[in-house]
Amino acid sequence: MKIKVIITLKNGVLDPQGKAIQQTLNGMNFKNISEVRQGKFFDIEINEADENKAKSQIDEVCKKLLANLVIEDYKII
Amino acid sequence: MKSSVIVFPGSNCDRDMDVALRKFGFKNQMVWHDEDSVPKSDLIVLPGGFSYGDYLRCGSIAAKSKIINSVIDFAKSGGLVLGICNGFQILTETGLLPGVLQQNKFLNFICKNVYIKINDNKNKFFKNIKKNILELHIANNEGNYYCSDDELKSIEENNQIAVTYCNKEGLENEDHNPNGAIKNIAGIFNKEKNILGMMPHPERMIDSYLSGEDGSLFFKNLLENFK
Repeated sequence: MKIKVIITLKNGVLDPQGKAIQQTLNGMNFKNISEVRQGKFFDIEINEADENKAKSQIDEVCKKLLANLVIEDYKII
Repeated sequence: MKSSVIVFPGSNCDRDMDVALRKFGFKNQMVWHDEDSVPKSDLIVLPGGFSYGDYLRCGSIAAKSKIINSVIDFAKSGGLVLGICNGFQILTETGLLPGVLQQNKFLNFICKNVYIKINDNKNKFFKNIKKNILELHIANNEGNYYCSDDELKSIEENNQIAVTYCNKEGLENEDHNPNGAIKNIAGIFNKEKNILGMMPHPERMIDSYLSGEDGSLFFKNLLENFK
């Protein structure tokens, strides 16, 4: 089964890369883009047929390695 | 005094640290990340570099490596652990130190000498050190210390802020903050102060001909504090 994970910076945590991207876009004449927040995307193949079990395992994976909960949030999709 | 420097794939300040420790009298050994445990030591050092290529987040893979459980056990039993630069990032990723090192505020790799102020000398790392302000070197892309407001309150209350960026006279403000670190923090302790993580490299300042001597002061003092 395939599970996808998105990691984003928590609200309020400075994202200088996102800011640089947003400013570049404004410079490219996409004037209405007021904020960009950069994150990470993971495509995970897990050998588990039960979706709930798989997701709960990936939840643990996010907490233990993929996300740093001091500054990041994660979403399993 | 026996020290161990842990070497990860991608560490690049491990040999400099070895030279520094030996120069001032430590019996140092290098320990590969794939070992089961760290040999008996008085001090464990996590050196600078780019462990595991900085993949995922700086220090995150090293924080789950085979050797790290032995480092964590040593630290939790009160053993002295020093993490420099990437070593500091690894210590935060293991949870031994609070907070995280984020990308530098202005997106630049910073490589220069800085002044740091020692904020607490009631600990084995800085006790009896003869200077309060040291000139050391920083070289990093992720040196911007960040923690939540609650964590900051707690580390301030417990005097865990070890060193802060400042000018030559010890003035700490935004002008002398190279990377946007919260409260100019360059290094912190754990509550018990047997673990120190800091971005500046004392091992790069041990030769008056090449760089400076403030790193020598740090290592000489550290060794004295073991006696």
